[in-house]
Amino acid sequence: MRSLAALALLALLVLPAGVTAGVDKPVLAPAKGEKCIAPPEVMRREHPDMLKHQRDLTVHQGVRGAKVNLEQCVECHASKQSGSVAATKQDFCESCHAYAGVKIDCFECHASRGEKK
Amino acid sequence: MREIEGRSRGWWALFALAAALLAAMLGAWHLMETRGHIVSGMDNQVVWGLPHVFAVFLILAASGVLNVASVASAFGKHFYKPLAPLSGWLAIVLLAGGLAVLGLDLGRSDRLIVAMTHFNFKSIFAWNMFLYSGFFAIVALYLWTLLDRSVGRHATLAGRAAFVWRLVLTTGTGSIFGFLIARDAYASALLAPTFIVLSIAYGMAIYLLALIGACAGTGRPLGREVIGRIGGLLGWFVLAALYFVAVFHLTNLYLAKQAGVERFLLLDGGVYTRLFWVGQVLLGSVLPLVILWSPATRGRRGAAALAASLVVLGGLAQMYVTVIGAQAWPLDLFPGYEAHSSFFDGVLHPYAPSLPEAALALGGIAIALLGALLGVKFLRLLPASLADEALDPGDGAH
Amino acid sequence: MNGRRAFLGAAAALGGVAVAPGLLLFEPARAEGVSSEVRWGMLVDTTRCVEGCTACVSACNKENGLSGGTRPTDSQWIRKIELREKTIGRTLSLPVMCQHCAEPPCVDVCPTGASFKRADGIVLVDRHICIGCRYCMMACPYKARSFVHQPLTDQKPDVPRGQGCVESCTLCVQRVDRGAQPACVEACKAEGREALLFGDLNDPQSAIARRMREAGAKQIRADLQLDTGVRYQGI
Repeated sequence: MRSLAALALLALLVLPAGVTAGVDKPVLAPAKGEKCIAPPEVMRREHPDMLKHQRDLTVHQGVRGAKVNLEQCVECHASKQSGSVAATKQDFCESCHAYAGVKIDCFECHASRGEKK
Repeated sequence: MREIEGRSRGWWALFALAAALLAAMLGAWHLMETRGHIVSGMDNQVVWGLPHVFAVFLILAASGVLNVASVASAFGKHFYKPLAPLSGWLAIVLLAGGLAVLGLDLGRSDRLIVAMTHFNFKSIFAWNMFLYSGFFAIVALYLWTLLDRSVGRHATLAGRAAFVWRLVLTTGTGSIFGFLIARDAYASALLAPTFIVLSIAYGMAIYLLALIGACAGTGRPLGREVIGRIGGLLGWFVLAALYFVAVFHLTNLYLAKQAGVERFLLLDGGVYTRLFWVGQVLLGSVLPLVILWSPATRGRRGAAALAASLVVLGGLAQMYVTVIGAQAWPLDLFPGYEAHSSFFDGVLHPYAPSLPEAALALGGIAIALLGALLGVKFLRLLPASLADEALDPGDGAH
Repeated sequence: MNGRRAFLGAAAALGGVAVAPGLLLFEPARAEGVSSEVRWGMLVDTTRCVEGCTACVSACNKENGLSGGTRPTDSQWIRKIELREKTIGRTLSLPVMCQHCAEPPCVDVCPTGASFKRADGIVLVDRHICIGCRYCMMACPYKARSFVHQPLTDQKPDVPRGQGCVESCTLCVQRVDRGAQPACVEACKAEGREALLFGDLNDPQSAIARRMREAGAKQIRADLQLDTGVRYQGI
């Protein structure tokens, strides 16, 4: 009985690895331009707060052209293939977010592509 | 006070029905979330539709069903004491049903947390967030004083608090419409007190139906005294509601500026006119009054159930006219001019609910029904007997 | 300040290189927000408006990425209304859009504060906190607001809009904030009619203020006393 229980517990521990084995690691294609507005480690952790803080300043106070600018993010990070940051799983925003399992809300409203040429 | 067994075919049949309606509601919500509100019959002209009709009805009923308990605790009429727990529980589940419909109909229902953390206190909607959640808390506390003997001495205080809270809440619900200057059919201080009276009528009707249904289903005796008293009270509130509606329309008829919308609602508005006169006035008010007050039928279960059902249907008709009829009538931007445009200025706005909308609306009733079924099964909400002999007639018979 | 200017300069250069010429991608920086020193308004001279002309509507649709459809569920931020006076039969034609009231009922009723009035008078919807309850649509006396009934793609980068949120005329805030005029005003000028005049109501020397002083102007539904930013001549 005890060995059976141990086996079951082991299976439970191993199972998650099996489940996640199929998820692709994020594809972070190099963006246009020299560098981002902050180092990658900072951006990775802080970008939600940066965007949330700036959106209130821009929408409610009319502050434009700040460092944090979603249109600029899209311009630099848009994929060469799809032209978007969130259209496919290989696109910049979507690939990380799919891996982390966090749904992106931004592009329900914001354009995920640059201005059409 | 005892729980019901809750194993009868009737209980399971109702449970299955409610569960099915709830599943349909969730399916409809998923459809609206993925495809958008285009799957509903609502558009840029009629922005609140059938879901809101049912939601407002359920919210009003929730506030009003508490009246039975209020009469017991807040007004000290001991006769009604055994009836109070069911009243309190129904208040909770009806409100839950109504709020669920509203929440799921939001264009961004994933943002309910935003709604609960960002408040514009000039908006009656923002106040309603507190009024509704506070209602749950206060009624839950009140129920606790009714069901747990050790805190029973606080029932009067809790009952009075619940009574006052619900007056404020229903004033808030009426003011949702009353505060709108834009629309000819709203913009009236009279709407808040009207809604208070309506809520009590709807609530007591639902209470009667629930009580009669529960006693019939469990074989509990239900005497003529209980039905006679509640039915009599219901009659008074139906009459009062009729009075408020009459004053509202008579005043509007007096004002030249309101002539158009009044003519529309009362005379040539098609479905709205029919719902008003046949649904709200005749079937929902006059006929129930006759049934409830006529000496031949007073206190009889079947008659009371019929009258209560008519009040409920009339109430839904009334809400349909109030919520949708008012939107069908176009805004008058240029008095004295005929207008037409690509945005439906100057024309009546047609509306027909779609199936997903109906599923969303009925889901509110399903939630209330599920809550009621589970409540009577697991809580001691129903007295073992409501026969005339079992009750305390002490406080002056009617 | 210097590092920021350098970044802005580099970004502007990059923007110019990465984007085809003729497209203004990058907005000039504005460090401080807008203030109530300015009050943006619009004057509509209905005597210059012609029945059947919808240049303003087309321009608005193009600028803001609207479909231009006229189904009951399609968004219309501006529409032409054709009027006929009932007793005498006088006809007129005029555009109606969000009136940018100083006392906006839509702002009063919004539970989350998503419908708000910016300091410079432009009434907007913050779609980050809009929950799509449509109470503002019930409250607006001008039927100015639309609700997005379907998922959207291909939004203009300057004009985010999406399913489940309410929207209305923004006085082309994306243009105004970089010193340009609303698209409808420009289009009407291009048509040669110049029925629309945009400017600062707080500046007594602005063209709009002077024209309003000379010829007077009225609000639609003036009895509601909402102090609209959009005024009309000839009604």
